[in-house]
Amino acid sequence: MNKYSTIKRSFLAAFPYTIPILAGFLFLGITYGIYMNVSGFSFIYPMLTSMVVFAGSAEFILVNMLLGVFDPVQTFLMILMINARHLFYGISLLEKYAGTGIKKLYLIFGMCDESFSVNCSVDVPEDADKGWFMFFVTLLNHTYWVTGATLGGIFGSFISFNTEGLDFVMTAMFVVIFLEQLLKEKNHISSASGIILSVISLLIFGPDKFIIPAMVMIFALLMLLKKPLEKGGAAV
Amino acid sequence: MTTAQQIITIAMAVLATALTRFLPFIIFPAGKEAPKFIKYLGKVLPAAVFGFLVVYCLKNVDILSGSHGIPELIAVAVVAVLHLWKRQMLLSILGGTVVYMLLIQLVF
Repeated sequence: MNKYSTIKRSFLAAFPYTIPILAGFLFLGITYGIYMNVSGFSFIYPMLTSMVVFAGSAEFILVNMLLGVFDPVQTFLMILMINARHLFYGISLLEKYAGTGIKKLYLIFGMCDESFSVNCSVDVPEDADKGWFMFFVTLLNHTYWVTGATLGGIFGSFISFNTEGLDFVMTAMFVVIFLEQLLKEKNHISSASGIILSVISLLIFGPDKFIIPAMVMIFALLMLLKKPLEKGGAAV
Repeated sequence: MTTAQQIITIAMAVLATALTRFLPFIIFPAGKEAPKFIKYLGKVLPAAVFGFLVVYCLKNVDILSGSHGIPELIAVAVVAVLHLWKRQMLLSILGGTVVYMLLIQLVF
């Protein structure tokens, strides 16, 4: 078995698992590109950000950041918090990614919710190589996302209908993610505190300054509730 | 924002995102157990962050003036009902967004 044919078999084994992700990423990616376009950015922006950030929700938020006042610290903290879940994907993947050589760097860089769920759950077929299989899952997902975002960025300017209100797509996306979370969790303490503390912070500090106080309050409350939440079987 | 400021903002997003991905592999080399409070936060933090993000998206809605947040309220309800009914992520997002666009362009 030569190396080339192992790589090819790994690719052919990986591709079918990414087909559902192809549909989802193209749709959301195109939407992201159009959203960037109607926000006044050329297609270079969605193409570049989808390539180097490659984290959907963070990229949508980044558009708002780019339209707002220059505040790199707030951008850093907010994106850190949105993507904090990666930390825990990483912890679960420590062993899975071990021994994959130089490919490991890209596997880590390109780790997203979808690559995580495939790489964590699928048993790699025997004639394929584990490292290459996970590499292609990651690369294909990355490619779908960048392709969608770039297409949306290019074709966004040819849209002839009134796009006012299209930015609601981001709200809709987070409402769906939040609902999914509510449906799968055992208790709603953490979800509810996320909503309630953010609203309190918004009422006190206003829309331009509520982000960091809200994050601090959420973090503090979750640390205070550590014992009862762990005892009650945690929130997830 | 100037182009340089935009580049810095994007770089911050790249740095923060890469940090969340690489950190576990840097601080917990193979075989080393992660601290308990990290595991705890991994379980409970995402739910609160998703709640926060919903509020963040709606932060500029003014209940006291304009359309009083009614189009947002209706569209969020449409997303929720569609999602609880069909459980198809893309359908829920598309449906809610179209309803919102129609509401603010034609009704409010």
